[in-house]
Amino acid sequence: MERMASLLSIEDLRVAFSLGKKETTVLRGINLSILGNEIHGLVGESGSGKTVTSTCIIGLLPIPPARILSGHIYFDGKDLLSLPEEQMRTYRGRKIAMIFQEPAKYLNPAFKIGEQIIEMLMLHMGMKKRSAYERVVELLRLVGLDEKVIDSYPHELSGGMKQRAMIAMAISCDPDLIIADEPTTALDVTLQVQILALLKKLKDMRKLGVLFISHDLYLVSEIADRVSVIYAGRIVESATKEELFRNPLHPYTRLLMHSIPDAKKKGSKLATIPGQVPDAAEIGNGCAFANRCPIAKEDCFNDIPSYVAYENAHTVACYYAGKIWQIL
Amino acid sequence: MDLIRFIARRFLRLILSAFIIATIVFFVIRVIPGDPALIIAGIDANPADVQAIRTRLGTDRPILVQYGDFIWHMVRFDFGNSMISGEPVLKLILERFPLTLKLAIFGIAFSIVVALPLGVLSAVKRWSAWDYFGLVLSQLGMAIPSFWLGIILLLIFAIKIPIFPLFGSETFAHYILPIVSLGFGRAAIILRHTRASMVEELSKEYIITARAKGLTERMVKYKHALKNALLPIITVTSIELGYMLGGAIIIEQVFSMPGLGRLFLSGIYQRDFPIIQGGVVFVAILFSFINFIADILYSVANPKIRLS
Repeated sequence: MERMASLLSIEDLRVAFSLGKKETTVLRGINLSILGNEIHGLVGESGSGKTVTSTCIIGLLPIPPARILSGHIYFDGKDLLSLPEEQMRTYRGRKIAMIFQEPAKYLNPAFKIGEQIIEMLMLHMGMKKRSAYERVVELLRLVGLDEKVIDSYPHELSGGMKQRAMIAMAISCDPDLIIADEPTTALDVTLQVQILALLKKLKDMRKLGVLFISHDLYLVSEIADRVSVIYAGRIVESATKEELFRNPLHPYTRLLMHSIPDAKKKGSKLATIPGQVPDAAEIGNGCAFANRCPIAKEDCFNDIPSYVAYENAHTVACYYAGKIWQIL
Repeated sequence: MDLIRFIARRFLRLILSAFIIATIVFFVIRVIPGDPALIIAGIDANPADVQAIRTRLGTDRPILVQYGDFIWHMVRFDFGNSMISGEPVLKLILERFPLTLKLAIFGIAFSIVVALPLGVLSAVKRWSAWDYFGLVLSQLGMAIPSFWLGIILLLIFAIKIPIFPLFGSETFAHYILPIVSLGFGRAAIILRHTRASMVEELSKEYIITARAKGLTERMVKYKHALKNALLPIITVTSIELGYMLGGAIIIEQVFSMPGLGRLFLSGIYQRDFPIIQGGVVFVAILFSFINFIADILYSVANPKIRLS
């Protein structure tokens, strides 16, 4: 029933990667719904499956070595995973666009910014070069760039300008969903704030759905309307930002929040979560977080807890959801 | 503006290297044994005659005077006259140069036509039958010396199956076997570079962007990757063109074509100093000039290079 309302909905997505003869499961049943006109933050440590998830959505998972074991990604009334490549291609850039972490690497160094956007407009929107050019000028202004940038090569722009150009490129064909994979990680803090503000502004203007991927819960709390926490290839908790910060139910989420640096706690040691994300191959039958979890009991190691919906559209996968303990 | 300054800088470098090479060749040929006057006069000429010839040639003057004279004339593109025939060196070179240039240019064109598409295809369809075909071809190309290939081609296609003329340079048909034997080895090298460069570009992050933009695979590979992949290939090809000139000189011997190679070779045998000096400086300037053109092409293709 939620599928109808959401812009994109991922159901029980399982993906494995094979390395030689060994196959390891990296996504172990992702469930995620993104609404239109909403920024959905996806938070997790590196290696937790954030980027694999986004690669699946845009249909660029390298198969092989990857293999989709099960699952659906519903978008626009269709299951993207069952679309033939040629049809999926017409969605990329047109309905679902992406912004990447390092604009310096993700922009083609041999083409002008204008050329890189115009080719999309001509291909997806059937525009003529003349009108595409004018559209690019508008787009550049919209993201806060001078129109001269249209004739600039990427190396002539600063990091922040490059990311703005990347964003102009992403919104050029008026997509419904933008996937922003750590879009500010390569930028310094003042630029981060500007880029976040820009994304928010564009979301409101264009009624965009945005999947904002980051390892930084604090950053996500700045921008997201809804937050999902991913751990070892599985969403462990999902709620609106306010609800999540008011009432974190999963112990991992609680520990993550506790480890956000805070000026008020200046002088005390930075809080960390002991241990590390288990290797995908070593996860047993139980909850992947169990071996680091301070409140894990025997049942946590035996069976994966399934999602339980609490009030305020708050879902969590934990047998001891909401249990409060003294964080050391 | 940047482009003009860039070109000016490269041009100065060209002049400087021509000057250095002229100096080196001038002294080297005077250090190696062999007196042109003796060769002209014959082994049992009397010393007075030999001395007279030396005076006529000017080789009896102090070496620094000769050097100053040589440089002074060279800056006015005057390489002197052949000691043997008395004709101006520049005229002799320019008479024979078109043939050698034709061989080199057609040779490099042949290599590019063979190597570029095959290299790109090998990279795009890695480990396919095309790739292995390219691999075998380039191994052969690098292993076989061009003069040997020339002789074998002559044996097969001019003697056993007489499709092509045996020697001479009158028609285009005369050029085909020399071009193939010259270009094959160079094609091998360009092919390897093309493949490697294309494979590298295809693994870059901007390729992911191009795909995420919904571009067709054709656009991703033949527009986005290829434009970047061509940059190093421009450099390699221009260096190869320089070597091609050297190779042409050898191939001219195999196919009995009256190009620069024969002129220089006889000049060396006869210790004809002006021919050797003029020849080496000419080839050096040519070589630098080709690199100069390649640099300009490269900077046009790659806007980043002008700034550095």
